[in-house]
Amino acid sequence: MTDAPADAVAKSAGTAPQSRPVLVRAIQALGTHNFSLLIALAILIAIFGALRPDVFFLPRNISNIGQAIAILGVLATAQTIVIVSGGLDISVGSILGMSTVCIALAVETTGSTTLAILFGIAVSAVMGLVNGLIITLGRVNAVIATLGTMAAFRGVAFIISNGQSISIFDPALRFIGDGKILGIPVTIEVLMLVIAVFFVLMRYTVTGRNIYAIGGNPLVARLAGLPIRTYQIGIYALSGAAAGLAGMLLAARTGSGQPLSGSQGAELEAITAAVLGGCALTGGKGTILGGLLGVLIIGVLNNGMILTSVPTFYQMVAKGVLLIAAVVIAEHQARRFG
Amino acid sequence: MSSLENAEDRAPVLSVRGVSKRFGVVQALDDVSLEVRHGEVLALVGENGAGKSTLVRIIEGVHQPDQGMLEAGGAPRAFRSPADAHALGIRVIHQEPDIIPDLSIAENLFLGDFRRVRGLFLDRRDLARRTRAMLAAFGLQDELSPWTRAGALGPAYRQLMEIMRALRSGVRLLALDEPTSSLTEDETRRLFDVVEQLRRDGVAIVYISHRMHEVMAIADRVAVLRDGRLVATRMTHEVGEAEIVQLMVGRPITELFDPSARSLGPVLLSVSGVTTRRVHDISFHVRAGEVVGLAGLVGAGRSELAEAIFGHDRAIAGSVAVAGKAVRLRSPADAIAAGIGFAPEDRKSQALLLLRSVKDNITLCVPDLISRFDFISGEDERSVAGALVERLRVRTPSLDQLVSKLSGGNQQKVVLGRWLARRPKVLILDEPTRGIDVGAKAEIYRLIAELAAEGMALLVISSEMPELLGLCDRLLVMTGGRIVADLARAEASEERILDLAMGNNLLRGERTMVA
Ligand SMILES: Nc1ncnc2c1ncn2[C@@H]1O[C@H](COP(=O)(O)OP(=O)(O)OP(=O)(O)O)[C@@H](O)[C@H]1O
Ligand SMILES: [Mg+2]
Repeated sequence: MTDAPADAVAKSAGTAPQSRPVLVRAIQALGTHNFSLLIALAILIAIFGALRPDVFFLPRNISNIGQAIAILGVLATAQTIVIVSGGLDISVGSILGMSTVCIALAVETTGSTTLAILFGIAVSAVMGLVNGLIITLGRVNAVIATLGTMAAFRGVAFIISNGQSISIFDPALRFIGDGKILGIPVTIEVLMLVIAVFFVLMRYTVTGRNIYAIGGNPLVARLAGLPIRTYQIGIYALSGAAAGLAGMLLAARTGSGQPLSGSQGAELEAITAAVLGGCALTGGKGTILGGLLGVLIIGVLNNGMILTSVPTFYQMVAKGVLLIAAVVIAEHQARRFG
Repeated sequence: MSSLENAEDRAPVLSVRGVSKRFGVVQALDDVSLEVRHGEVLALVGENGAGKSTLVRIIEGVHQPDQGMLEAGGAPRAFRSPADAHALGIRVIHQEPDIIPDLSIAENLFLGDFRRVRGLFLDRRDLARRTRAMLAAFGLQDELSPWTRAGALGPAYRQLMEIMRALRSGVRLLALDEPTSSLTEDETRRLFDVVEQLRRDGVAIVYISHRMHEVMAIADRVAVLRDGRLVATRMTHEVGEAEIVQLMVGRPITELFDPSARSLGPVLLSVSGVTTRRVHDISFHVRAGEVVGLAGLVGAGRSELAEAIFGHDRAIAGSVAVAGKAVRLRSPADAIAAGIGFAPEDRKSQALLLLRSVKDNITLCVPDLISRFDFISGEDERSVAGALVERLRVRTPSLDQLVSKLSGGNQQKVVLGRWLARRPKVLILDEPTRGIDVGAKAEIYRLIAELAAEGMALLVISSEMPELLGLCDRLLVMTGGRIVADLARAEASEERILDLAMGNNLLRGERTMVA
């Protein structure tokens, strides 16, 4: 308000301002959408807390939830950026699988943890780059392009691993998977770091703002001189690298590189979390914080369904329904408040 | 204080009673009461953001009033959606035409009213026939084919399509929200013919415009809104333009144009032999401190030329140089880097990020001014955007307001603000005052003169002839994608330009009306 020009302020101040309750102001500060997500999260916690009060709130279970969402969190926040830019990356599960295999093989051959991790992430970034090049230079729709590479990358993972799971014997990686620093699991710390970086990128940098512009209206972005293709290529490479990092976390947790890992709906969960978090699939809309809340909801839901012994097949149905419900609710809100 | 002293015998089609509407902190309408009668044209005027569009949106049931009500046919009405209003024959032509780009003209016009052959198949022949009759009523039968994709049309044609679409079903009240802002004079005359015909048929017409001469020419009554309040209603024949303007802005408007000659510097923009798919062999130059106008009918290729110079449309031949240095134009980014700026005509689809704030939209092209090592400085950003909001007098409750929530004219100012922040050497303005009120228009003319005086080279495209004549040192007239004349200000006149612009279109047949 303080920045509005004097005459505009004078004009709006001429009429008595409506008194706003504290709650309304809190909602506005957080964003209506994030506020509804918080409420949904609270409800889920209340339900599962009431159903399994004996285990749900145990520190061990909370830590379990955290471990479980670390991988999804990295994928989902990167997916958020891709969706904001007007794209979609379905190949992240396959890239994650490739990453675990690459890291396992690299540990085996070089014996260096650092080199192995860097190698895994670099290969993943290159795969993302391939996605970006197909989409921009080949002018292929992002869904089709990454659907194709999803199959192709998975195939490559099987080829280089001979279809075998490769065990990793490396104490440093094991520490990343199981260890704690300052009492917090390392995987969660990695997630927090990634989220902090993405949050700052999208909120406080020109690059982030330009990503919103490109997703919001590519023609406007072009006429404002933004190099759209460069951005898109960069974003898919980033998405690939993030999937590689997620693969590293998974390899560290399981102590193996498996060509099949990430094939059970990792991309579905990542997209669901991003959309739950307020991303519009048409681009230009969505926040990292929203994506994180989406991840938390999915994490609590997964954990709660396991604790209350919901059969696996029913869990799958629930997740599919959740994605569709998220889109329906988003559409509804856009129409009411847009 | 209303002045409805003339006891009218004609019954009101619609009465607005004590309507108020608030958006957040903005009181868009404040206790407005108004009647629209059969067979009259009521003009609605007021500054940008005065509440005109909000009022017609309420009349059409898009928004619901906070207080007050509507009455039609002697009974109170509550429109919960546009469908309710349409059922009573109330139609609105919106400021921003709203068409489905992937459908043909015919399909857009008659959507929801298709006839079938054998109860199943779309009767394409009937559709084409009805569309041609519609097009003929506007004299467009030679220019447009019923099966042209609507997305390929420029804004003027889209506007005309909106109007045709509203006319197709029985209208009792037609509200036109700045229908002429993207039309040329010729098209405006055609539109007026249509409005005149409707009035004679007893339709009530609400006409919103910032062009006072149009209001004086077409309206029976004028209602003036200021800051959401109805400040006066007058019979048009009882008032003058100046008085209306004074009522609108609350102060007299001084001279619009500065007639003093400008001092010209070196050539900043030189275009030689530029050819694209739509413009042919274009050569001209603009000097520092010079304002050059591009005149022509809609479809003459003016915007297309601007897009070519800006690198948006690939040139097949020819070259562009800025300040003597040849520019390789592969994309707008190259043009901007070379010092060219371009404010396109269709702000909603080409210029504004509707999901972003006023501040983000203004600072989009000046990352260097608002960031260090890619990190945005909130303070710098606010000072850059705030200064321009103030200089252009953008009416917005805050810099963080979504640009989609501003009134049309204020959105246009935000687009201009973006380029003022950038300060290019050459600035191309396509319809810079489209939808801008008289007061703000004078400010924008002054601004253009100021920019020229500071040594910028300006290329202005406009469909408003007085604007071009008053603003420009030189005028290029285009027709059929070519420049057909290069006139100094002294040699140019409306008739001369129109003659040149019409070219062989001059002998287009008389238009006939469809009842
Ligand atoms: N959906 C909305 N949300 C918030 N504010 C709005 C909304 N619609 C309009 N306003 C505000 O209400 C005021 C009146 O807007 P309106 O569009 O009616 O102006 P107008 O008279 O049509 O102006 P113009 O001549 O520029 O088109 C403006 O200050 C505008 O910012
Ligand atoms: Mg308006």
